[in-house]
Amino acid sequence: MGGLGGFLLRRACWIVITLWIVYTASFILMRSVPGGPFDSERKLPAEIQKNIEARYKLDQPLINQYFNHLGNILFAGDFGPSFRLTDFTVNEVIKQGFPVSASMGIFAITFAFVLGTLSGIVSAIRRHTAWDVSFMTAATLGIAVPNFVLASLAIVLFVFTIPLFPAAGWGSLRQIILPALCLGAPYAGYIARLTRTGMLEVLGRDYIRTAYAKGLSERRVVTRHALRGALLPVVSYLGPATAGILTGSLVLEQIFALPGLGSHFVEAALQRDYPLALGMVMVYTCLLLFMNTLVDLSYVMLDPRVKIETQ
Amino acid sequence: MTESSPQSKHTTEASDAERYTRLLDEARGIHGVSLWQDAWRRLRRNRVAMGSLYYVIAISILAVFVPLLPLQSPLDKDLRNRKDLPPNLAAISLGDRSELRFENNSLQAELNKFEASMAEMRRAIASSAAEQRADLLQRMETAETNNNPLLKLWNNPGPIVQAMLRLRIAVFGDWCIPSIFGTDDLGRDVLSRVCWGARVSLIVGVVATLVSLAIGVSYGAIAGYCGGWIDELMMRFVDIMYSIPFIFVVIFLLTILGAEDTKRWLDEHGVNQLVIFYVVIGAFYWLTMARVVRGQVISLKNEQFVEAARVIGAGRTRIIFRHLIPNVLGIVIVYLTLTIPAVMLFESFLSFLGLGVSPPDVSWGLLVNEGTQVITPIKIYWWLVVFSGMTLAMTLFSLNFLGDGLRDALDPRMKNR
Repeated sequence: MGGLGGFLLRRACWIVITLWIVYTASFILMRSVPGGPFDSERKLPAEIQKNIEARYKLDQPLINQYFNHLGNILFAGDFGPSFRLTDFTVNEVIKQGFPVSASMGIFAITFAFVLGTLSGIVSAIRRHTAWDVSFMTAATLGIAVPNFVLASLAIVLFVFTIPLFPAAGWGSLRQIILPALCLGAPYAGYIARLTRTGMLEVLGRDYIRTAYAKGLSERRVVTRHALRGALLPVVSYLGPATAGILTGSLVLEQIFALPGLGSHFVEAALQRDYPLALGMVMVYTCLLLFMNTLVDLSYVMLDPRVKIETQ
Repeated sequence: MTESSPQSKHTTEASDAERYTRLLDEARGIHGVSLWQDAWRRLRRNRVAMGSLYYVIAISILAVFVPLLPLQSPLDKDLRNRKDLPPNLAAISLGDRSELRFENNSLQAELNKFEASMAEMRRAIASSAAEQRADLLQRMETAETNNNPLLKLWNNPGPIVQAMLRLRIAVFGDWCIPSIFGTDDLGRDVLSRVCWGARVSLIVGVVATLVSLAIGVSYGAIAGYCGGWIDELMMRFVDIMYSIPFIFVVIFLLTILGAEDTKRWLDEHGVNQLVIFYVVIGAFYWLTMARVVRGQVISLKNEQFVEAARVIGAGRTRIIFRHLIPNVLGIVIVYLTLTIPAVMLFESFLSFLGLGVSPPDVSWGLLVNEGTQVITPIKIYWWLVVFSGMTLAMTLFSLNFLGDGLRDALDPRMKNR
């Protein structure tokens, strides 16, 4: 598939350019503010500070520092040491936090997708019934209530009033369920609405009538014929949804005290740990770009009418 | 309907005249329906959207006139007697707390005393000699900031807010609504904090949206009208911005702008944290607006009225800002109502993380944060989370519905359906 190869190549170029721009902008911002690793209550003697700066090439002109730093990231994948966390490099922090955030994110998006499409299909098929109304009300509520409000209410309800889940911490499956559900809820709501609209539109098409006329069962018509077309808007929504879930995990990790990337990022931001914050921004940008590419690709697979754009 | 039956000429003439006057009357009765009237009619039929509209109007009026309402002080802490009280109807009066040392334990009396002392000082200044005047003025200023009871119970009220507070005290005296929403961990009234938080949350939403509006509309209009490589370049930039997870960049930016030295420098130039907040959020929320406006402008720019304007000799800038932008106003309003809740959500998000609005300012996000921080297994202070969270959720909910309703109402494809 030459078209696909070309598409991936072009996309890779854009990703590289975007990453470079984000990196450069962040680097300039990071260095344009006063304050470095040595600015703390206890000042180092000037000579020692000078030596250390020379060792870490902090005394060189900014442009050299920029290329050094960029080179380290590109060739060694090294974001340097953290300013605030004792004895941690940025890489180690990312390595520790990533699995936590990733598993929560995957859990959340799976939940959102499964619940959203199921309830969307049911409400489309049983249109104007109590099922439809209650699902859609729940979906709208899920969209409107910010996930940190939802999480706080869920803690009050499911941790303290009816003790089903542990309040916080990390390690077991039971600890991941509640945060992932809260994280996925708004997206489940949105996906349910999208599926319902898509399904209603598809169910009115001629080929569905043909399928029914052939004598196929409703289950078969829905799963085999209608679903594929109805899911297209959902798939294209998965890109923004990923972005949202990345953002949401920031808050939920904080509430549930999970040691993920998000809590480290917020911590880094509050403590003005610039290298760590920069590393996080880059990781999140990479993730988002990767997911967007994945979504575009799956869109092509799902809908034969969509040709890969050759600009 | 035409009369087909054969009739004498005379009667036909009379009935013709009658018919024409009738037609004319009917025609007079018909008014041209403008796009806006049409949209309004359609919006009115949408019950959910209208309900949301009333709610939004109500909450905006509430936010503006909060100082006039008989609420408790949003700041006054009472750790000894009023910590974490559940919702109750116990009567409370302003300035009652003995630690405040108000005259007769009453804000009204204290305010009167303060006014009287100020008036006396003013009289002394008026009658004093010129050399003493500067000194007395200085003393009066310190007295004004130190003794003003309004400054003790409210956060930095401006002259208008102070005037409103005085009016409220004149009308309601020391009476205030009991803590029907309970009190928080520091003994402050939650109802009052939710109402005062509405001001900050709504202002952030509206101002940041206006910033994004200004950027997005001009950017999109310029790109769309110029076309060619300028358009290509400008839209590529938007594409790149789109693929950046901007919340992280915003947090990064706020981190950097919040550094002490930078902060001091900005403060010296009259930029406080809220302004930074507006600008930074606005600077990231204009992308969708720019895309939408560009699309509209491209479809409009070959219309005849643009041609006509060009023939008269209007320049590019004039055509863009006087002729094209007013025509995309409908869609801009729709995106405006959808951007405001997004921005408000973002603000509450950042405030929740401790990166946005900082105390003593209150916003809904901050209130929810305070609520979640005191959730403990021992005791559940549910009222701290529920009321602020619900107000926030309701507002976002209705703004979203209003936006959806407006989109349906203003969409020309929906016309006459």
